[in-house]
Amino acid sequence: MAFLLNINRKATTVDVPADMPLLWVLRDVLNMKGSKYGCGIGICGSCTVLMDGRPVRSCTTPVSKATGKIVTIEGLAEEGELHPVQQAWIDLDVAQCGYCQGGQILGATALLKEHPKPTDEQIDEAMNGILCRCGAYKRIRAAIHQVAEPQTKAEGAIHAAE
Amino acid sequence: MQLSEQLARHEAKMRALFAEFETLARQVETFGRRSFLKLAGITGGGLVLAFKLEAQASGAQANAAGSPDLNAFVRIAPDDSVTLFSKSPEIGQGIKTAFGLIIAEELDADWKKVKVEQAPVKPKVYGYMGAGGSTSIPRGWDQLRQAGAAARFMLVSAAAKQWNVPASELSASASVVTHKASGRKATYGELAQAAAALPVPDAATLKLKNRADYTLLGKRYTGVDNKKIVTGQPLFGVDVQLPGMLISNYVMCPAAGGKVKSANLDEIKKMPGVVDAFVLEGTEDLTEVKPGVAIVAKSTWEAFKAKAALKVEWDESNASKDSLTQLAAKAKELARKLPAPATNVGDVDTAFASAGKVVEAEYDYAMIGHQHLEPQNATAWWHDGVMEIWSPSQGSDRGLADVAKMLKLSEDKMIVHQTRAGGGFGRRLMNDYMFQAAAIAMKVNAPVKLQWKREDDFAQDFFRAGGFHYLKGAVGTDGKLSAIQTHSVGFSADGTHSVMGSGRSNNSFPTDMAPNTRHAITLLPLLTPCGPWRGPTDNVQWFASGSFLHELSVAAGRDYVEFLLEWVNRPRAAGREPGQGADGRPAPTPDLSRVFNAARASGVVKMAAEKSGWGKKLPAGRGLGIAFAFGYGGHVADAVELSVDANKHITIHKITAVADIGPIVNIGGAENQLQCGVLDALSAAMYEEIGVEQGRVQQTNFHQYPILRMRSAPPVDPYFIQSDFRPAGLGEPSVLALAAALGNAIFAATGTRVRTMPLSRAGYTI
Repeated sequence: MAFLLNINRKATTVDVPADMPLLWVLRDVLNMKGSKYGCGIGICGSCTVLMDGRPVRSCTTPVSKATGKIVTIEGLAEEGELHPVQQAWIDLDVAQCGYCQGGQILGATALLKEHPKPTDEQIDEAMNGILCRCGAYKRIRAAIHQVAEPQTKAEGAIHAAE
Repeated sequence: MQLSEQLARHEAKMRALFAEFETLARQVETFGRRSFLKLAGITGGGLVLAFKLEAQASGAQANAAGSPDLNAFVRIAPDDSVTLFSKSPEIGQGIKTAFGLIIAEELDADWKKVKVEQAPVKPKVYGYMGAGGSTSIPRGWDQLRQAGAAARFMLVSAAAKQWNVPASELSASASVVTHKASGRKATYGELAQAAAALPVPDAATLKLKNRADYTLLGKRYTGVDNKKIVTGQPLFGVDVQLPGMLISNYVMCPAAGGKVKSANLDEIKKMPGVVDAFVLEGTEDLTEVKPGVAIVAKSTWEAFKAKAALKVEWDESNASKDSLTQLAAKAKELARKLPAPATNVGDVDTAFASAGKVVEAEYDYAMIGHQHLEPQNATAWWHDGVMEIWSPSQGSDRGLADVAKMLKLSEDKMIVHQTRAGGGFGRRLMNDYMFQAAAIAMKVNAPVKLQWKREDDFAQDFFRAGGFHYLKGAVGTDGKLSAIQTHSVGFSADGTHSVMGSGRSNNSFPTDMAPNTRHAITLLPLLTPCGPWRGPTDNVQWFASGSFLHELSVAAGRDYVEFLLEWVNRPRAAGREPGQGADGRPAPTPDLSRVFNAARASGVVKMAAEKSGWGKKLPAGRGLGIAFAFGYGGHVADAVELSVDANKHITIHKITAVADIGPIVNIGGAENQLQCGVLDALSAAMYEEIGVEQGRVQQTNFHQYPILRMRSAPPVDPYFIQSDFRPAGLGEPSVLALAAALGNAIFAATGTRVRTMPLSRAGYTI
């Protein structure tokens, strides 16, 4: 079946079975590998994308229900400019293995839109559903606070070449 | 072949691998001894420094510069860019950044001009290329520094020649060579072409820097792949995409050792998107290809749907019927029936008879799984008589050789690409997904990506075994530890050796842990596949050991830090610390860096006590617990401060984590790894448990196997004691001390001793 999707500000048509989860449309059909398969039942959060600004689990969202405006981790940076959440993730060197971090970043982006200066409790509430198997939670929390209050920015780490 | 025999072979291989890790990590891998540096082909100009191992040198003359099996560590281009190659798998431990920094330090490169690339998997060229046992840094340390120093030597020599001055008058810094007397300067890019025309120095003559002279190492760096990670670029095994690629899932028997009797293949082949479905007989090796059904489809979703519709009748005549409930009951029944001791030092019975206090306790811990977040996968493509594989393995180097054997191919017909791995934790030391992908690809006329489901990762893991310890200890009337008797009830595949993680570790329960010791082991037969899990064996045994030492100190009415310091400084069996100086601190030579060292142990214990405020007055209901551990070359101590409410809900206020792993390469990366290792250990201690009944793993996904989440993750403050010992890794040592510190803190807060893991078994939550 043909479905018209709005992904990263672009209209895209795909011809796939109606029950195919958005995750596999993104990964296998559109070759966008940023959204990750972790559990397939919507509880680890690695597959998180934004739909109309809300975080949703793409592994349990059938393509037929993906009717909103979708932003994936590949589309968070606009016109080559990193989103402040992405920049904070680089600056604070949040990732260990990095597999869940696309989902973490999108979850944090949605949180910061709703609560520009989130409390630790609000961070717990919003981020608890996204598993980091490596346990990089301290830096995830610190990066969210840094986006909320850039003036608290710690002394920068040394960046590698790009 | 009987399942027990297959498991015994797997266990023997893993024992040999970890023995090799430890042996080789104690040796210095340099170019001087086993290999030589060489100039490689110059493509696009500049200096490309390569090396080959001596073992391959006989054929090396035939390899003209630029031949494809010469590989670079260092490439300096005329545009001043520096490309360094990392030879170990990046599994989240930060090795790609660390290896780049180690080379760049001796090269005196400008880090802002450095790019780090993953080296192609060519063990005949690079030597060891795995990641396991926290040995990447110790094994690469000298080799990588020599590579950097050799390139620097050539660049400086080129400048000396151009300016007609002695090299000794030149200095190099941030990719620039300077002649101070004349004020002349040249960039590495400007010198690269001339440097490439010079002879390569004998690596053994290169002088490496002292720690005090480091300009790069020890500072805070961000990961070299961070931008790709935060923008969702393809990096991982699952992200591999090739033209015409198909997706496969492989269906194995839920009980180890089961074979396919029949399957509804005709039905499956008619499903939408399914290209093929076929049975593989397997290779009689659990770490290669177990018997099963391969489904090949056009998309992952179609492969997964076909898997759901697949009906297999399994022949389980040779399969595991393990019941962990029954084995646990059996172990408990045997715990106090000591067999003849395996080791016996001094006179334990007399010590018990004359003791001031005698303490007896039983400790047990559950089987757990790995569950790194990127499920098992590998991509294989059989083309032009070559097997090409993309794999997120921790041991692609062994995988290359072993898959070649299975396919009866010579190793030069194998091309293996190392991808980033979404976690490893020891699971990816087994290469089963590489073998499966290759076996499936041989039957498919296209590149094929094998993609396991999360449920496959649960069912087909190589688990950390559970275990049981019956412990009896004595303190003398002087309050000092006088005797320890242990009985470890563990598991075995061959009846003789403990499976990995089970039995007794000589780090956690050393034969000289008290003046009088007796250690006994009972092994129960187990047919559930086990394997290395982060900090194998020591990861749980320090829970029992570190908790029990605390129990003894409490019985003696002693301060635990004082008791622990006395314990780490106890008289040790002869030969444990060769070359130990009069002050008890061995000289920092390579051979001693990975050995238990009383001074280093005291250092981490004292710092954990100081940073956690040991001895301070705590509010009612709060407790502070501390524990020490040693393993994989690292000395660590953790302190946990917590409260426990009436419903046994734990609130951890702070964890202090201290490690002495020698010099630190990237302090930011090391802190992240130490914090995350402690939280991984906390997750395992609090919740993680695998059940097996009728040979079948009872957990299928994360809803039945909780792993620590944001809300429950306490703050961890990391500290390092740096020294001139050769560096150890951190992935394994970082997990070793937490569980005992947690249990000791619960005792301090509540007076209740926790002797089981996970703590959820005893009703605790976090």
